[in-house]
Amino acid sequence: MKIKLLIMLFFATAAVAQTQKENIEVRGNCDLCKKRIEKAALNTKGVKYASWTAETQQLTLIYNAKKTSAKSVAKNIAAVGHEADSIVATEEAYNALPACCMYKSVSAHGG
Amino acid sequence: MFKSYLLPIYLCLLGAAHAQHQVSGYIYNQENNIQSPLAGASVYWENSTSGTVSNDDGYFTLDHNPENTVLVVSYLGFKTIKLTSGFNKPIEVILIPDDAASLNEVTVLQRRKALQRAIFTPRNVSTIGSAELLKAACCNLSESFETNPSIDVNYADALTGTKQIQMLGLTSPYILFTQENIPNLRGSNQTFGLSFTPGTWVESIQITKGAGAVSSGYESISGQINAELIKPLTAPPLFINGFRSANGRTEVNLQGKYDLSSKWATSLFVHANKRSQITDNNNDGFLDAPLSEQLNVLSRLQYIDAEKGWVGFASFKALSDTKQIGQLSYAPGLHKFKSQYWGGELDTDKWEFNLKTGYVDPEIPYRSIGFQSAISRHKQSAYFGNKNYNVSYTSYFHHIVYQSILGNTLHKFKAGLQYMVDVYDETILTTHIKRNETNLGAFFEYNYDGIEGFNAIIGARVDHHNVMGTFVTPRVHLRHAFFDNKSILRLSAGEGRRIASIFAENQKFLGSQRKLFLAQPTEPMYGLLPERAWNFGLSWIQKATLMNRPFDFILDVYRTQFTNRVVVDWETPGAISFYNLDGKSHAQSIQLTVNTSLNDRIDLRFAYKTFDIKTDYRSGLKRVPLQAENRWFAFVGYGSVLEDGKQWRADATLHRVGRQRRVASFTTPSDFAAGFSLLSMQLTRQLSNQLSVYAGAENLLDVKQTDAVLSSDDPFGAAFDSSQLYAPVFGRMLYAGFRFNL
Repeated sequence: MKIKLLIMLFFATAAVAQTQKENIEVRGNCDLCKKRIEKAALNTKGVKYASWTAETQQLTLIYNAKKTSAKSVAKNIAAVGHEADSIVATEEAYNALPACCMYKSVSAHGG
Repeated sequence: MFKSYLLPIYLCLLGAAHAQHQVSGYIYNQENNIQSPLAGASVYWENSTSGTVSNDDGYFTLDHNPENTVLVVSYLGFKTIKLTSGFNKPIEVILIPDDAASLNEVTVLQRRKALQRAIFTPRNVSTIGSAELLKAACCNLSESFETNPSIDVNYADALTGTKQIQMLGLTSPYILFTQENIPNLRGSNQTFGLSFTPGTWVESIQITKGAGAVSSGYESISGQINAELIKPLTAPPLFINGFRSANGRTEVNLQGKYDLSSKWATSLFVHANKRSQITDNNNDGFLDAPLSEQLNVLSRLQYIDAEKGWVGFASFKALSDTKQIGQLSYAPGLHKFKSQYWGGELDTDKWEFNLKTGYVDPEIPYRSIGFQSAISRHKQSAYFGNKNYNVSYTSYFHHIVYQSILGNTLHKFKAGLQYMVDVYDETILTTHIKRNETNLGAFFEYNYDGIEGFNAIIGARVDHHNVMGTFVTPRVHLRHAFFDNKSILRLSAGEGRRIASIFAENQKFLGSQRKLFLAQPTEPMYGLLPERAWNFGLSWIQKATLMNRPFDFILDVYRTQFTNRVVVDWETPGAISFYNLDGKSHAQSIQLTVNTSLNDRIDLRFAYKTFDIKTDYRSGLKRVPLQAENRWFAFVGYGSVLEDGKQWRADATLHRVGRQRRVASFTTPSDFAAGFSLLSMQLTRQLSNQLSVYAGAENLLDVKQTDAVLSSDDPFGAAFDSSQLYAPVFGRMLYAGFRFNL
């Protein structure tokens, strides 16, 4: 039990401060979308972790609140074509997506 | 599941304009309302030769001629779809399972996961899944690689029936074996250890070609093999397997598990095997396979708390194995250490205990810490004729690893410490040798995950060893994907080193009258230097579609260059010498593999390998003996449609082993033994989801080495030698068995 406590303490101290965890809604369909969405999120300075799931349409973010915000991450994702946190992608970015990621047409009968 | 078969096929027409002479689109599968791209689905025009296969993203394109009217989309285990319109725009097809209520997942799993090369990791890893393990019906880890072209199976000697595996032209001591990432076949376990893990215990095997991970240790030189055992939480409540071969080998496996709660589960696996039948197919007066008995027990406890992020394992294993070898008339009670008949016995007792715990903060999923601890004791007492070899080996292993990120999850790292103690107590002939080795190592591994395109793992470890001193082990793995993941290039380089347990690894010399030449056996490392080698590798995977079928072409080129090596010299008749390499030693292998399928039911696999394995002996630079220069491999596997849990499965494997150099004997100079072919087949009938029966044959062409035991009529004379085996002793072997699970 001592070890367990030590480990927890270690994690607790390492994880403190500005680290923020948040879920935002991002629209997409497939594994290709997942790669693009996560890449766009991780390329935002301050984002430590990004994981998107198709079924829930949720992107889990862990980021440094001093360096960025969920809004700026969402903007970067919308810039690559995926509607994020109600920020709509431009028509141009959306049309550049491969067919499997055309969430506007697919999600209408997504299940 | 419900919705997936209530809803028929979705066919949606997408807005993007498209060239009229081609049809393209995406194939998905839908299970539990989750859509995912379906790779490898067949797309073709009915009544034509025009077709293709969907890629990893489920995408396909296909030429569209006016005469083509019906587009067929099919995939094993899913309902076949026929489309007659909508070809002017990209098509989206969602395949649904053939019969949603049946066990179709199993069929799909078998097709897609039987033998997989990793696509996304920088290391050249291929995984043998449970479906592939079933193809080698018998019996333990050493026989689980027969359908895998990356691993070569050699014959250790003519007495003990042991098989030795090798990778990239180097035998098992140069491969690091781990069981659930704990080093397993080290030190004295080398020769027989593989036969101490029953095949039915194994969930999957990961084979890494070339330099291994620094976190696993400094010892892997030509590669790493990790076996994952079946976990208590996921094991079936009851599993029974019985096996009998025509050469008198009987095996029984009983495996049960009990869920204590949703977080705790425990399992008990028992394996027993026995061979009591005396066989001498090559008429040399020696047993072709030993009379043997083994009892092997594994008990495990597993804990998982996903909400809190804790996992844990405790395992205890105990084994007792006995073998009797030698002349048919040999009776240990009457003839032991006398010169009337030649014979021997090998008794092994082993136990091991290990603990594993891991913690991942559910709030910070990229950060984890893991701890492993293992203690094992291995005791072998053996005599071969008038020569005895006893060893007791105790090993302690502790390992702690911390994983996290640098900035974000594109940059991950792994850092940890490892502490190992190996205590050996050996008696060879009349010499008593004690070895005590301790090592403390620290490792750091950086992993760049570019999501698409480029990945890299760069690692190093520093070890402080009581005999070898302090040293650094670097390893680098790079991967780059090109052309939409259709081509993957991997490069690797890394150093490895190890202390050779020369007697344990070369026990087969005791089955001869060869005299031992070793300058200072009682000095640390037997008075020899540690073995050191660099391994460099290049691997290219090319995915392609030819004649409407998916093809994987894989080229592997690896070279191991030794800086120090313990040379085992069999070149002088009647002698075996161990000495440090003075000059050059290398093993180079080039392997070309092609994987494809003839149709949805028939898989094909071909491989060609060429080896260049040379060492400077005292008598000059020579090919290492008993190593084939060329090997060919072909595999065909068939699986019928799974209906109501019923299925036929059949497979055949052909190994062609090229010529091998033999060392000189008292009567013959060094020469080349002719090549030979080994054919094995197996037929399985799945009678229900619970019961299946199987039968098969190994070495159908009945290849036998006639002079497996040299000078077999005079086993106490100087020319007696059973160590120069290059082909099977046993001829054709038939077997049958059943598997039952709840």
